[in-house]
Amino acid sequence: MSTSLILLVMAFGSFVTGIVGALTGLGGGIILVPMLVLIFHIHMRYAAGASLIAVIATSSGAAAAFLSEGYTNLRVGMFLQLTSIGGGIAGAYMLTLVPVPALMTIFGLVLLYSGYLSFRRKEGAEEGRPSDPLAVRLRMEGSFPVAGGWESYKVYRVFPSFLLMGVAGIISGLLGIGAGAVNVLAMDQVMRLPYKVSTSTSNFMIGITAAASAGIYLHHGYIDPVLAMPVMLGVFGGAVVGARLLMFLRAKPLRIFFSVVVLIMAVEMIYKGVVRW
Amino acid sequence: MVTIRRMEKLIGVVLLTGVLASAAIVLFGGVLYMWRHGSTPVHYRIFRGEPSDLRSLSGIWDDFEHGSGRGAIQFGLMLLVGIQVIRVALTGFLFLLNQDKVFVVITFLVLALLSYALFFAGE
Repeated sequence: MSTSLILLVMAFGSFVTGIVGALTGLGGGIILVPMLVLIFHIHMRYAAGASLIAVIATSSGAAAAFLSEGYTNLRVGMFLQLTSIGGGIAGAYMLTLVPVPALMTIFGLVLLYSGYLSFRRKEGAEEGRPSDPLAVRLRMEGSFPVAGGWESYKVYRVFPSFLLMGVAGIISGLLGIGAGAVNVLAMDQVMRLPYKVSTSTSNFMIGITAAASAGIYLHHGYIDPVLAMPVMLGVFGGAVVGARLLMFLRAKPLRIFFSVVVLIMAVEMIYKGVVRW
Repeated sequence: MVTIRRMEKLIGVVLLTGVLASAAIVLFGGVLYMWRHGSTPVHYRIFRGEPSDLRSLSGIWDDFEHGSGRGAIQFGLMLLVGIQVIRVALTGFLFLLNQDKVFVVITFLVLALLSYALFFAGE
C-alpha cells in the first residue's frame, strides 16, 4: 500500500474513533491504540503519542458543540478536573513505587463492575430527593436540552466524587489510560447526573487532562507529525459528527453502547494486566 | 455579570475557532508533506523517537518558518495543546467577572497544575 492510501485508511479509522469518543466521553484511545498497533504495526509509543493527540482533538471538537448547546456542566467539570489533574501528576511520579500489572487487573475488574452498574441504572430514580447541600452551595445543579425544552437535574455526593476523581487521576497517571471512563462513571454513578450531561462534561475534561501529558510526550519524541496528521483530522471530524448524534439519540441506547465499550476496555485491561503479572 | 449559559457559549466559540485553526494548519502541513514526500514509505514498527527539532517548541517553530510540512503539522498540534491552556484561563477569567470566588480559585489551581505538568514535568 502507498503511504497516502495508508494515511487515508488511518484517517477513516480515526473518524470512527472520534464518533465513539464523543458519544461515550471516553476519548477513544481504547479503539485507536489497538488499531494502530495491530492493523498498522505501529510501535506502542508512537501509537500512544497519536492517541494523546486524538483525545485532545476529540475533546475540543465535541466540547465545543456540547458547550454551545448547553449539555456540559461547567462547574462540575472544573471541580472534578482539580483532583483529576492533581492525581494524574502524582500518579506519574509514583510509577516506580507501584506494581502496574496488578493495578491494571484490579482497575479492569472495577471497570467491569461499574460498567454493569451503569448499564442497569434507571435515570430519575432519585426524583424528589434534594441535591447534596454542597452542590447547592457551589451552584452545580443545572438543566440540559431535551425534546421540547430543558430538563433540570439534581447533583448528589459531591465530595465523594471529588475524592474518587483524585484516586482515578492517580490510577490513570500510572496506567496512562482510563481517565475518561472514571469521569463518566463518577458523574453517572456517584453524582447521579443524566447520561448526556456526564458524557458531555467528561468530553470537556479529558482534553485538559491529556494536555497535561503533552509536554512529556513531545519531549520524549512520541508525537510523530506524519502519523498524528490523519489521526487528528479524522478524529476531529468524527467528534463533531458524534456530538450531533448524541443530541438526537435517546439516553438508553447510548448508555448500553457506553457499557459495551467500557466492558471491552475492562477486558482489554484485565488481559494486559494478567499477561504481564 | 455573565450568565453561565453565556459563559459556556463563549468558551465553545473560542474552542471551536482554535481547533479549526489548528486543523487547518495540520491539513496545510499534511498537504505540503504529501506533495513532497508522498511516495516515500513510512516505517513506525520500531521506535526511534522524533528528531530533536520536532521535540521542542523552538525547533518546531524553526521548521515551520522554513516551510517544512512536518514542522507545520507539529506547530498545528502544539496550537491544539495551547488551546487547552487558553480555555482553562478563559473559564477562570469569566468566573472572575462573575465574582464566583470558589470557582476562580478552583480554575486557577487547575491552570497552575496544567502549566506545571506541561512545562516542568518533562524536564
